[in-house]
Amino acid sequence: MAKFTTLTSHCVPLTADNVDTDQIIPARFLKVTEKHGLGDSLFSDWRYDEDGSPKRDFVLNQPESQGAQILIAGHNFGSGSSREHAPWALVSWGFRAIIATGFADIFKSNALKNGLLPVEVTPDVHKKLMQAVQLDRGTKITIDLPTQSVTGLGSLEATFPIDAFSKHCLLNGIDQLGYLLSFDDQITKYEQQRT
Amino acid sequence: MKPQTLFEKVWDTHVVVEEPDRPAVLYVDLHLIHEVTSPQAFTGLRERGIGVRRPDKTVATMDHSTPTLPKSLAVIDDQAKAQLRMLEQNCEEFGIELFGIGTKYNGIVHVIGPERGFTQPGKTIVCGDSHTSTHGAFGALAFGIGTSEVEHVLATQCLLQRKAKTLEVRVDGQLMPGVTAKDIILALCAEVGTGGATGHVIEYTGSAIRGLDMEGRMTVCNMSIEAGARAGMIAPDEVTFDYLKGRDRVPKGADWDAAVERWRALKTDEHAEYDKRVVIDASKLEPMITYGTNPGMGMGISGTVPNLDSFSEPSQQAAFEKAMFYMDVEPGKPLLGKKVDVVFIGSCTNSRIGDLRMAASVLSGRKVAAGVRTLVVPGSHDIKAQAESEGLDRIFKDAGAEWREPGCSMCIAMNGDNLEPGQYAVSTSNRNFEGRQGKGGRTFLASPLTAAASAVTGEVTDPRRLLLS
Repeated sequence: MAKFTTLTSHCVPLTADNVDTDQIIPARFLKVTEKHGLGDSLFSDWRYDEDGSPKRDFVLNQPESQGAQILIAGHNFGSGSSREHAPWALVSWGFRAIIATGFADIFKSNALKNGLLPVEVTPDVHKKLMQAVQLDRGTKITIDLPTQSVTGLGSLEATFPIDAFSKHCLLNGIDQLGYLLSFDDQITKYEQQRT
Repeated sequence: MKPQTLFEKVWDTHVVVEEPDRPAVLYVDLHLIHEVTSPQAFTGLRERGIGVRRPDKTVATMDHSTPTLPKSLAVIDDQAKAQLRMLEQNCEEFGIELFGIGTKYNGIVHVIGPERGFTQPGKTIVCGDSHTSTHGAFGALAFGIGTSEVEHVLATQCLLQRKAKTLEVRVDGQLMPGVTAKDIILALCAEVGTGGATGHVIEYTGSAIRGLDMEGRMTVCNMSIEAGARAGMIAPDEVTFDYLKGRDRVPKGADWDAAVERWRALKTDEHAEYDKRVVIDASKLEPMITYGTNPGMGMGISGTVPNLDSFSEPSQQAAFEKAMFYMDVEPGKPLLGKKVDVVFIGSCTNSRIGDLRMAASVLSGRKVAAGVRTLVVPGSHDIKAQAESEGLDRIFKDAGAEWREPGCSMCIAMNGDNLEPGQYAVSTSNRNFEGRQGKGGRTFLASPLTAAASAVTGEVTDPRRLLLS
């Protein structure tokens, strides 16, 4: 997993609440057997016309969005299906962090395992960030994981929560399966006790 | 000892390691896998050169991308074929039991788990599928996981988990005729919203829940995720034990008696505290239907779609307007009488024998309205055979509905069954998200009774109208 320390980037503002994983990546794209290459299908039904050409008014297609690594979304981002194809598609497009006022549980867990940082901020901070970014698409925001802070827009400085373990894994690029495998002896002991 | 909730009891007995500031290592008793969310996990295992720790605790089925037309017809495309073949190869290589397409016990993962008796009270059950919450109906702790976690469980039979909070959903009172388990859970989603139970495990309690059969309880727990919950649970009781007794994979003889004895302790202690509580009066519920693009956008079927001024937050207003635009329904107006193109009866929410019997009770001696396409898709081959032995298939076919092979079908629209752009469906499935049942398709979620009644009239219909006549 890629390390995450500090990220400074312009942002993509996506105003909708409750963006479900069927919107992030529709089910018909789940017939793949690899993780790679899903970026082109990200937000497919919002992003492309019937004939497959990009819709100009969808935010991801705007020139100002290109190269952005931060998505600012609405409340309860990633609800619905457990498909990890959702964070795979977001990372494949180029996102490294998502700012929202709340995330669905499974999506958050999946994102953290793919070096994609869910940044949960208060509605007040969210509003300020969203407005500033919509007003000036060149606005850059900095997300600093060691201090768990979001800065930018002059004086704005907000913090976000993350559990100590996930933070440690992201900062050091630690893969969680490796950690889990280190408990082999305890797992064996547990299995023996239960039978 | 401190009084405990059902969730805490099951959690505690499955913690392998717990250290401060670290997630717990939680043991998994049953790992269900299917073709869509497992291929990359097996690839991960191969890249690390490790195997499956407990193939004996892993069970596979094919359901999401399988066709529901008779099996002589082809899988939708080469990609889906390759995915199905990969599951077959993975199961063979790692010694995992597979209920493959066309085999006797094949079916939707959350239907065959309970049906075969793999699902049991007190177990921890996971699957790369959010509707794993279904199995909580038996007093199991069951939840959906991502593909990375599928790999974790294959490799270690464990997961790294943080303990969720608890939410009691108490449903007391008697359901009125024509009101079902599906209406209870749609009412909860409407009450708390699609993210209202995020971070929580729900325990459903109360006389209305006790009064449901296992199929109804599964319908309720199935859609816990649609309120954002990590899992949904119902304490096991005689109804649970009666359902399980004699099924393939449950203990037999003296072992069965011992198991039931253990299972009886799986209930929330008196004075145990939940973090949150929601109360629903079942006797006040009417058949529910959704009008929008998430399962929280629901209402009583005789009601009217909300107006913009029903919402106070600008973000809620924006979501409502977006949903209205997509659904093309009128704020402030009823949904009753809205013309429908398709009726779908099936999915892991409502494809069990009781669901099919409900649909048949409405369709018996009646015809599907001209121009309405009606699909009835049983959840498993076992259910299909049972329905056919009761003559339900004849009722459906005589009414003009399509009687299909088991599978996820039009709930997920990646298998050849889908809505066309602009079509309206009354569906017994679990999600009305934009495009969920086919790009541009519009979904009204409802019970099997409401779906069947709407098939007969060709418009959104209160099933009580047909049940009484």
